[in-house]
Amino acid sequence: MNENSAVIEISALNKWFGNFHVLRDINLSISQGERIVICGPSGSGKSTLIRCINRLEEHQEGRIVVEGNELTHDLKNIDAVRREVGMVFQSFNLFPHLNVLDNCTLALIWVRKMPKLEAESLAMEYLERVKIPEQARKFPGQLSGGQQQRVAIARSLCMRPKIMLFDEPTSALDPEMIKEVLDVMVDLADTGMTMLVVTHEMGFASQVADRIIFMDEGLIVEQNTPEEFFNNPKSDRTKLFLSQILSH
Amino acid sequence: MTRDNNSHSDKANPGIKPPPANTVGIIGWIRKNLLGGWVNTLLTIISIYILWLALPPLFDWALLNADFSGSSGKECTTNGACWAWLDQRINQFFYGFYPPESYWRVNLSLILLLPALAYILFENLPYSKYGRWFALSYPIISALLLLGGAGLEVVTTDKFGGFMLNLVAGLAGIILSLPIGIVLALGRRSKLPLIRMFSIAFIEIIRGVPLITLLFVAVIIVQLFLPPGVSLDQLVRVMIMITIFASAYMAEVIRGGLQAIPNGQYEAAQAVGLGYWRSMRLVILPQALKISIPGIVNTFIGLFKDTTLVIIIGLFDILGQARLLQTNPDWMGKVDHETFLLAALFFFIICFSMSRYSINLEKRLDTTNK
Ligand SMILES: Nc1ncnc2c1ncn2[C@@H]1O[C@H](COP(=O)(O)OP(=O)(O)OP(=O)(O)O)[C@@H](O)[C@H]1O
Ligand SMILES: [Mg+2]
Repeated sequence: MNENSAVIEISALNKWFGNFHVLRDINLSISQGERIVICGPSGSGKSTLIRCINRLEEHQEGRIVVEGNELTHDLKNIDAVRREVGMVFQSFNLFPHLNVLDNCTLALIWVRKMPKLEAESLAMEYLERVKIPEQARKFPGQLSGGQQQRVAIARSLCMRPKIMLFDEPTSALDPEMIKEVLDVMVDLADTGMTMLVVTHEMGFASQVADRIIFMDEGLIVEQNTPEEFFNNPKSDRTKLFLSQILSH
Repeated sequence: MTRDNNSHSDKANPGIKPPPANTVGIIGWIRKNLLGGWVNTLLTIISIYILWLALPPLFDWALLNADFSGSSGKECTTNGACWAWLDQRINQFFYGFYPPESYWRVNLSLILLLPALAYILFENLPYSKYGRWFALSYPIISALLLLGGAGLEVVTTDKFGGFMLNLVAGLAGIILSLPIGIVLALGRRSKLPLIRMFSIAFIEIIRGVPLITLLFVAVIIVQLFLPPGVSLDQLVRVMIMITIFASAYMAEVIRGGLQAIPNGQYEAAQAVGLGYWRSMRLVILPQALKISIPGIVNTFIGLFKDTTLVIIIGLFDILGQARLLQTNPDWMGKVDHETFLLAALFFFIICFSMSRYSINLEKRLDTTNK
């Protein structure tokens, strides 16, 4: 793969929680516009891996380079990386003391130093894209889970990241709300956003992903295109995982 | 509005009925709160009986049978309260020994407090930008007014006294203990071991010692460590100690609030690029402080009442003035209850207001049910 087109370059990454080796020799290169779905059993290190990419977790060995910035203890680099990377969490993590619009404009105003009015009109643009402009003045506590997650997506998009990380964005949602969030994510994929999505939504994976990565016990066990991954899994662990997840 | 909607839809929607008359309004309130079940009813009857026993005699004593004029306790001859001293002494109860020709300075600084507080407590006031600046400079303005200098006659702090002294010391403590408490609470949760250990040591040592001990330290022992020739105003020392004492409690109250905020909030703030300080200021603290309001106000109230301990440096706050009058030969034996009652009333008004405001603030900040 061409070194220059990689927006995220992870090499020989190792991470431990205490003595527990949670990520083992991860090598991963992601190019501009690529859509990656990460799956694997619970506790396999999926969240930890993508949280390392925007430094919510610190790694101990190996290199992570995002848009040319290597993640080290240097706060300047961490800031630079976080400018390019948006993240959506399983539990939404909206700021409950601010209304939807203020949730979206907070970082624009304080980090990007954007004038308030400009920030608000930008935020409204993204709220329209996630199809909830009419909720702008409500507080997160007054919205359904699906609406909250769409606000969370809009909040990240406002910062105009080049890369979006999703950590099980639909796992905390009731079935009827999963679709509204996935629809927004499909739309986003169509715009050419580079996306890393941890999810068990295999329908979404086969529709959107360029590559599916299967992790187990801190290792990348297998990675392949969706067709190959579903129809022709190579390792036994992948087969077992697929049989479990598809039997539901 | 909802009521309107209901009555409109009555005809179209025969299932919708107004609630039964005896569950709403005053009668509903009485039934629910005073007569709900036999325990409540019994408690209500007992309470009314106690009030009926206690209030009329108190009223008789304090007002109907009271003496309001006279120049010494001997002229209080009825068996009611003796309020004759009010006339001569009320100023001293409020201003202490502050020079009477300068009372206006105290008054002015108290009056200016109202807009300063308003600009801190309420949003959306007109001229809020200037108002904030005014509120920020208020401590300096009022220090200048009270102490003098810059053209005003200088009044030393040993002239301070009465309720004004309680207000000044209490307000200074309240204004300072909140930010210090916040810093200590954040310090106690810091990842840097030195800062964390310092915060823990500070909080635990201060909390582990009675306030009065700290005050004696401030008054007597600190002098030993100050370089010769340097002296620190006694009142300032006491105010510092009261503030530090309240800050340690404040820190623990706020730490409780911080612990209630899920880690995801901090992570989300980090992920959108807010650094540590901005995450704290814009995301974590607004939520943590909101949860902590009852504890914070509790600490404020405690601090305010602790200002009566200025008596140990020989200053006469409102309680000191009461004791002073009680031992005055002219009034001895006649005014014990009355003077304490007045002091209690002053404290109650301030503390109760703080408590009411905090309830109001909690309601206003509640975003779950708007
Ligand atoms: N802060 C932490 N300290 C210690 N251990 C942790 C920490 N965070 C995660 N772990 C452990 O690391 C392992 C990997 O966690 P991770 O959250 O990355 O798994 P995951 O693949 O996302 O699982 P899930 O599907 O349940 O979300 C788990 O065994 C977890 O218990
Ligand atoms: Mg996870």
